[in-house]
Amino acid sequence: MAPRLPVPQVLCFGITVVVLLFALPAQSQESPYIVTYDHYLEEPGSLEVEYFSTFGTPRTGNDFHAFWAELEYGATAWWTTEVYLDGQTTFDDSTLFTGFRWENRFRLLQREHFINPVLYIEYEQISGADKILKEVEGHDVEADYAVPNAVARKEHDHELETKLLLSKTFNGWNIAENTIATKNVTGPNPWEFGYAIGVSRPLALKASAQRCNFCPENFIAGIEMYGGLGDRHSFGLNNTSHYLAPVIAWNLPSDWTLRLSPGFGLNDNSHRFLLRWGVSREFSGFGAAVARLFGGRR
Amino acid sequence: MTVRAWPIPLLLAAGIVAAQTSSAPTTKDKSVYAELAKAPRKAAARHNPLEHDPDAVAAGGKLFAEHCAECHGEMAEGGRKAPSLRADEVQRATPGALFWLLTNGVVRRGMPVWSKLPEPQRWQLVSFIKSLAPASQPKPNPMEKDQP
Repeated sequence: MAPRLPVPQVLCFGITVVVLLFALPAQSQESPYIVTYDHYLEEPGSLEVEYFSTFGTPRTGNDFHAFWAELEYGATAWWTTEVYLDGQTTFDDSTLFTGFRWENRFRLLQREHFINPVLYIEYEQISGADKILKEVEGHDVEADYAVPNAVARKEHDHELETKLLLSKTFNGWNIAENTIATKNVTGPNPWEFGYAIGVSRPLALKASAQRCNFCPENFIAGIEMYGGLGDRHSFGLNNTSHYLAPVIAWNLPSDWTLRLSPGFGLNDNSHRFLLRWGVSREFSGFGAAVARLFGGRR
Repeated sequence: MTVRAWPIPLLLAAGIVAAQTSSAPTTKDKSVYAELAKAPRKAAARHNPLEHDPDAVAAGGKLFAEHCAECHGEMAEGGRKAPSLRADEVQRATPGALFWLLTNGVVRRGMPVWSKLPEPQRWQLVSFIKSLAPASQPKPNPMEKDQP
């Protein structure tokens, strides 16, 4: 039986979120991508708190709602560190916490170049029931997600995930490509590979003189594509899944960002449809506030 | 599943400490302005295409409040984390040099790259910065016109 949502609580939460959206000062300029990374890191000392949902409709098996929370902190102008907490609800099955991830991104070059590389290193401790699809790699296919939660949760994975993020912004267009290499260090598993590419652009390049919620420059639209590339023993597209997903982000002047992305599976190994959305808020000066709390000078 | 998450807060705390102890330029540290001189000649010679745009200063002021004031101060007077933009070194710099610095940042000193802002927005920021009164001859901030 599908889990029932507590409607009054959800309504209250929704109203509170909307009120806060329009009440708090400042602004962020976040990319619309949900899977792909560009080369921009979190501003130093800023904390971004994010929540994302993925609603998936597989070709076989039960629908699911996977969700994750992120805490992203700009440690320096060249290093961003991030913690994820993952969970999922599979309809007609159960809801469970599926693990955590610790991600780090390092900017490799001091200045802007024709292509800007960023090194991404992540440690994941997740169960086999994890369904957030934050990246697709190796031979990840839809059938993997049809396993009942009670069985899938018994699989414990410790993964080291590395990515080379390449990105360029030109005339307002951002083009980003991520190459993924992942190693499950729980047992003798081969390196698995994947990719993500994205293109995006703000709806307007000039900022308007007035503070506004609906100015076109606050909206960034684009498209991303991601999928697996097999593993060290069987590199290629055979038995892999791939997705194409339009993306849009709405950067509100109150420092909130809303993202929406309907994703479409491109072959029979992919879920038929993924609806993703996310909400995030940036807290500028978080590091300085923490330092002040502990008697620091900033 | 068993999750041993205790190292995470520890490592996060280490990150925060690292950020707080990183070298932060102060207003009095004149060497921070030396980055402006590193702009390639061709970049420094670029003209601001929005120089005569009547809205550029106001739009730049809005962008400044959103993205820059946190470190450079609400009046661009500088702070512990970033230098004054009213300093003579900044006001004497060419629009092209300021645009170049905005685009490339000074990553090792804590200023991020701002190429994620589209070019016209970076030029709007340059317009605003150039409209500021030099520290030696204070005059009202152009943004104050909009305030009640």
